[in-house]
Amino acid sequence: MMETIKRYLRPEQIRELSLVFLIIVTLIFFGTQIEGYFSGRTFNRITTTVAIIAVVAVGETLVILTRNYDLSVGSIVGFTAYFVGTQLANNNEIAPLAAVLLAVGVGAIMGLINGVLVSYGRVPSIIVTLGTLAIYRALLVNYSGAKTVTTDSLPQWLLDLPSANLFKIGGLDFRLMVGVALALVVIFQLVITYLPFGRRLYAIGSNPEAARTAGFPTQRIVMTAYVLCGMLSGLAGFMFLARFGNITVVAAQGMELSAIAAVVVGGVNVFGGSGTMIGALLGALMINTLEQSLIRWLQISEFWRDALLGLLILLAVATDAVIINRLRNLWARSGLQARPATETPGVQVLEEAGHDA
Amino acid sequence: MRNTFASLSAGLERLKSWEGLLLAILVVVVVNNAVQSPVYLSVENQVNLFQLFVERIIVALAMTFIIVNGEIDLSVASVMGLASCLLAFLHEQGLPLPAAIVATLAVGVIVGALNGFWISVVGLPSLAVTLAGLIGYRGVARILIEDRSIGNFPEWFDRLGQQPLLGPFPLASLIFLVLLVIAIVVLQYSAFGRYVYVIGNNREVARYSGVRVRRVKMILFVASSTIATLAGLLLAARLGAVRGSTAEGFELDIITMVLLGGVSIFGGSGTLVGVGLSILLILNLRNGMSLVNITSNTQTGVIGLLLILSVLLPNWGQDARSRWNRRRRAGPAQTTGEGTAHGS
Repeated sequence: MMETIKRYLRPEQIRELSLVFLIIVTLIFFGTQIEGYFSGRTFNRITTTVAIIAVVAVGETLVILTRNYDLSVGSIVGFTAYFVGTQLANNNEIAPLAAVLLAVGVGAIMGLINGVLVSYGRVPSIIVTLGTLAIYRALLVNYSGAKTVTTDSLPQWLLDLPSANLFKIGGLDFRLMVGVALALVVIFQLVITYLPFGRRLYAIGSNPEAARTAGFPTQRIVMTAYVLCGMLSGLAGFMFLARFGNITVVAAQGMELSAIAAVVVGGVNVFGGSGTMIGALLGALMINTLEQSLIRWLQISEFWRDALLGLLILLAVATDAVIINRLRNLWARSGLQARPATETPGVQVLEEAGHDA
Repeated sequence: MRNTFASLSAGLERLKSWEGLLLAILVVVVVNNAVQSPVYLSVENQVNLFQLFVERIIVALAMTFIIVNGEIDLSVASVMGLASCLLAFLHEQGLPLPAAIVATLAVGVIVGALNGFWISVVGLPSLAVTLAGLIGYRGVARILIEDRSIGNFPEWFDRLGQQPLLGPFPLASLIFLVLLVIAIVVLQYSAFGRYVYVIGNNREVARYSGVRVRRVKMILFVASSTIATLAGLLLAARLGAVRGSTAEGFELDIITMVLLGGVSIFGGSGTLVGVGLSILLILNLRNGMSLVNITSNTQTGVIGLLLILSVLLPNWGQDARSRWNRRRRAGPAQTTGEGTAHGS
């Protein structure tokens, strides 16, 4: 029995499976506690919130895999939301695709700045992105001139976007934005599992020196990770604009913390080199399910959110350090090497992808 | 061995020139500000200017120890916020203010011990632990205060925060002076200070040399949170009213003050003299920007830029130096041989 488990699962996957288990337990628990919990409304509220965070978390995962951080994502989301919102308000004729590309492009430039400073400037990522967190927000404040983007100035197609359905099963609406987020999670999971670029992210995060010695263009790869993270944050900014409509200069402030929380709770190692997109998605799902349910159950205010997030991050990091390392030792000691890492997560992705459809 | 000495002296030289650079920029900024405004150099203005940032400056002293030690404490601003909110909350609940102050300080020690436990005993990365703290402690502050603003402190408390106590100096500035002296003596002239540097340079070497690494780190994180708590109390006294968002984002200023002062983010080097210079520079720069009506949000952006430059410029300097050395060594071939022979 134990041998079979060891042969087919790696410790990281056990962690993800336990997260799935925890989410199910949470759902069942609150199902018994809150009347009318299993409804389309709960489903909608959780999935649409997760959708935006998940897109940012995918980008953040790319960066954290390389043993770096991006603390500026909240400011990038806020800036693109405001910037694209202003452009659309000034000119309602801008095509939807052009608006999305504009958001992604602005995000890419901001990610590029982060990436160049981190990889070619050799400035620690925490310093760079703590700095750009402030700089991008300052740019937004100056650009805005203390005005806000309001819902009534935006084109109709944008306002309809959040309630656009992909399909409907029973009372459950699958929103288009949720579909986009899921698709991105799956695509990037495939990228980090199968493409050389993805494998190199893991290699750099596991041992930057070794990766450099092995001849990987580490600087270029890390920079690319930042650019991708910026692009995804830009897209999230567009989704943020669509969902909320009213954008002020403090839009998405602190979102970097939610994204990092999701990633870390989802089992992505803060020291780089291990973790998956599916994990990050599960982390986001876990946090938001808990958040939304607790607010309804205890009638506690949203002011509990941050305290809860902090606790979850600490718990996740502590479990990783204590339990996962023991599991790894257990696996290593039994001499049973799990199947090559390139193979295993892929199988899981396909299963998950099939499950989502 | 010779190599170590060479790199050490090169490091010292670089540090000296970095401090020189800071001083030069500082002089330019001060002269510029003095030209802009005739009252700029008056004692009142300088004290006022200092008073606006004194809480952050006090915390920067403790942060210098933490970063020299090779760690980071991102939670300080949230601990400051928590302290001021807890004080206001306890006072609102009817606790006399002196008792509330003592209780808050005790909580500050506990918070520091919690951080220290996860970092030094369990061995988690300080970046992750204090990031959780940054979010979590702010969260506790929000739970206590929600979206209210609580003031109504006794008059003596507000006066302590706002009025000069001794000469032109309010209480916070006096506390800063005392802490500064203690910090300089401990970091630069005591065995404990040497331990802080040694651990920051190479944790393993320190451990095998018999330095009690865990205990040093524990003491540092408890001290950091306690001082941040004290700073939070001073902030509450100065502002006269607190909110859930009090001191939010201060970690940016604090970390910038330390890194701009030439303290290496990788630990093991940096001095309080450099930090002192960078504090003066940031203060005068901010004040100068206010003089020409640059908003505080833009100022924060400029501080962010400074933070990045404070690490980027030394990197470039190092690159230029090593290129220069390589070229010089590549010149006369014989020197290269001699150098290697001596080195080995």
